[in-house]
Amino acid sequence: MPLPPHLSPQLWQEALTRLRAAVGPDALFTADEDVTLYRDAYSPVWGEPEERQASAAVAPNSTDQVQAVVRIAHHFGIPLFPIATGRNLGYGGSAPNLSGSVIVDLKRMNRIIEVDDKRHFAIVEPGVSYFDLYRHIQERGLDVWIDVPDPGWGSVMGNALDHGVGHTWSSYRDHFGSHCGLEVVLPNGEVMRTGMGAMSSAKTSGDFRYGFGPYVDGLFAQAGFGIVTRMGIHLMPRPECFLHRRVLAYRRQDIVPLVEVANKLEDAGLVGMPLYESPMFGAQFADKALRDIATASDVWNGNAIDRYAAEKTMPAWQLGLSFYGPAEVVEASWRHAQAQFAKAIPGAKFETIETLRFPLSPQAEEEALHKVLIGVPNLNIFAIGARSATNPEPADGHLLFSPMVARSGEEVMKAQRLFTEGMREMGTDFPMSYGPFTAPFTWMPRIFALTTGLPVSRSDPKVNQRSRETMRKLIELGARHGYGEYRTPPLFQDQVMGTYDFNDNALRRFCETLKDAVDPKGIIAPGRGGFWPRAMRKEA
Amino acid sequence: MRWFLLAAALSSAPALAADAEPQGQAIFIRNCAPCHGPGIGNPGENQKPGTAALAAKYGGKLPALLEERRDLTPELVAFFVRNGATVMAPYRKTEISDADLVALGAYLSRNNPKFSGRKIRKTS
Repeated sequence: MPLPPHLSPQLWQEALTRLRAAVGPDALFTADEDVTLYRDAYSPVWGEPEERQASAAVAPNSTDQVQAVVRIAHHFGIPLFPIATGRNLGYGGSAPNLSGSVIVDLKRMNRIIEVDDKRHFAIVEPGVSYFDLYRHIQERGLDVWIDVPDPGWGSVMGNALDHGVGHTWSSYRDHFGSHCGLEVVLPNGEVMRTGMGAMSSAKTSGDFRYGFGPYVDGLFAQAGFGIVTRMGIHLMPRPECFLHRRVLAYRRQDIVPLVEVANKLEDAGLVGMPLYESPMFGAQFADKALRDIATASDVWNGNAIDRYAAEKTMPAWQLGLSFYGPAEVVEASWRHAQAQFAKAIPGAKFETIETLRFPLSPQAEEEALHKVLIGVPNLNIFAIGARSATNPEPADGHLLFSPMVARSGEEVMKAQRLFTEGMREMGTDFPMSYGPFTAPFTWMPRIFALTTGLPVSRSDPKVNQRSRETMRKLIELGARHGYGEYRTPPLFQDQVMGTYDFNDNALRRFCETLKDAVDPKGIIAPGRGGFWPRAMRKEA
Repeated sequence: MRWFLLAAALSSAPALAADAEPQGQAIFIRNCAPCHGPGIGNPGENQKPGTAALAAKYGGKLPALLEERRDLTPELVAFFVRNGATVMAPYRKTEISDADLVALGAYLSRNNPKFSGRKIRKTS
């Protein structure tokens, strides 16, 4: 494995000896067969010189041990790259931005410090996964829900710190937005707590996120200003009832009023995450006539889609709506929603998908349709991409391209066309990526993500080269039209940060100024977030 | 090369504790069952993703559920845990330790006639 940059083998051995003493021999990994487990399993540069690989990994089990690790790294000038559970697949996994970094694997710090089901928060360490927190709550019969991302094996804290997202109410599914208070080991080894945690006598660090003074928590997300060792997160009280209902709209242009009404309902607190889909997306691969419509150059006027929808009685769009609360309240909210959609979209139809009352029996929980909509962690999302009858030769993973698109039907159609025609011009053919049936994801409140995946391979470099080139072009194309990435693997973070270009990249320059002040040796996750310490900047 | 090293490491791994199989079952339930267990997936998927993947791979020639396999060996289990397969990423030692892996291998090979009768010794 590579050594940390600019460190002699002798000093490296000295540093390893001190790290081993700090965490114990079983928590320092230096053998190739162990360190290789920290490679990004979905790396788009697997086995190529550009792949970023760690020099070693260290797994502290307490904040004290993290402090000791940071102080040793500071002394020797060794770059560290903290991971919580390292399951950020599609956005970089457990591999560092800089080859030769030592991974600080926080999985062993897996204590659930507190869950309060009267004030509705939890305080967790980095190694606590969504499965862990869910199990803890279920075993104790606590009256709270968690909001989960698609794969439940990730870290509650790590997901929040990468601006990860979930599936319920807007105030919970923005996971960083719902965090409350951090404990951070700073680059000099000192421990800081934010929010009310900064007051040693306060008992409200899980309640009130601001405390007093500047709100600095954002510096510890998608960035390398410290190693977070503890985090509070707001939880949702367990509702009495969940309704999942669906609106069906039969014209392409119906996406405009569909989004307008859904925005109003959600921003008024009447529904959870809107779930947009087009039944025509899957249908196009079963019916050549529909695929021909989808790939025709005049598809964007919507006429052929509308005709097909009318002939087949197949909606051009469908919108799933989640209601959480007392039975009489959610039923009334659904009646209100139906009236609004019926008024805005002539011919709209409505479907009942699911009605649940809580608590669920284990059997009922297993049979729940969309478990993530009711805060139940699972790994079912891996059906997308895994081997199946329709996908007999699966890829080894994917890169995720996630441009942020304004929450309107017009913008969805505009972005669909831009990325579809853009990929066609690039000469790439990923039929599952973009087309007229691409629906927006609504994980992040108040914005759409037109996310798509590009395949990666651990055996065929040509697949990776094509996906890398496509990704770079998509980032550039999106940015030219104002569609910025919100999250990206390390390989693309410099490029994405470069697209946030207002006033000669003032944001990046400000981050660099802070980095140089807070972490002058550049030891904490250099390059994370697309900005580098002074000594590693290209112009240096 | 990595496969050889792993096999070599396992052959000299500590002998299994008497409670390896129940311990391995608990590790399976915690780490593997969400993909490779029984049950349904997301809407439109009547199996968990790993189970569906193995059903597609073997076409009925081998059980899709890992717990029903009679051909698994501890070495094979270890290989897939540490190397992954397609979209399944490898597990690091902070997630599934070497000791846990031995227990998991014992559990998933318990139906294999070559391993089910193997004498196990407690070492710790």
